[in-house]
Amino acid sequence: MNIHIPTPLRSFTSGAETVAVPGSTVAEVFTNLTSQYPALQQQLFNSDGKLRSFVNVYVNDEDLRYLPEKESTSVAANDELTIIPSIAGGSNRVLPCCSCCSLL
Amino acid sequence: MLHIHYKDYDAMRSHGEETYPHECCGVLLGKSDAMGNHVRQIVRAGNTRTDSAHNRYNIAPQELVKIQRQARTLGLDIVGFYHSHPDHPAHWSPTDFAEAHWIGCSYVITAVENGKAAITNSFLLSGTSEEDKKFEDQPVEIDVVEYVSAQKGKE
Repeated sequence: MNIHIPTPLRSFTSGAETVAVPGSTVAEVFTNLTSQYPALQQQLFNSDGKLRSFVNVYVNDEDLRYLPEKESTSVAANDELTIIPSIAGGSNRVLPCCSCCSLL
Repeated sequence: MLHIHYKDYDAMRSHGEETYPHECCGVLLGKSDAMGNHVRQIVRAGNTRTDSAHNRYNIAPQELVKIQRQARTLGLDIVGFYHSHPDHPAHWSPTDFAEAHWIGCSYVITAVENGKAAITNSFLLSGTSEEDKKFEDQPVEIDVVEYVSAQKGKE
């Protein structure tokens, strides 16, 4: 199946934005992916072997977290897997609790 | 260096004014090379943090997947992101840093003061992994040539 690699991880796939990896389940595909590109292991998984919390994985248009069989989900050669790190943040600005606070 | 056309730069800042007092967010599509990140198109995104939109933003992963697909179709890459800081300086916060995972990408922040866009800064997320990442101040080069030509064409 084809795996779409996000910009920050392409330095670990020799610049490839899409890589073809064999496997009949998502777990198998990830095993083969990290065998082919070992440096991706640390980027994608924590020391317990779980996907890092900020790494989102989509099987076609489905979020892996919400698929009933998770990593055991079966995949076909024409399925697509997308790895997409999360994007979030914010100023952390604390709103004044009253008009007096804003004058302080 | 972040290279961006004036119309895109202006559109980012306008987005922050439109969503004030809430944070706006979006994605920068373009190409990267040794000279930096070159923005060819910006894509507005929805802020899913409706519970705390005045000081937080989040782009739904499903929307990011679609934007990445759109970039691929255009022959472009995701080279950065932008968001606004309503009534707060245009500098990254601890939350911005903790939630930044796109190494090599530009994170553009516009301060919006009382509804008007003020300073816009860009920060490059550098490093090789989560463990050694850091934000670096990134100069911004705004290309006004195309904009000026378009304005002259209207005259």
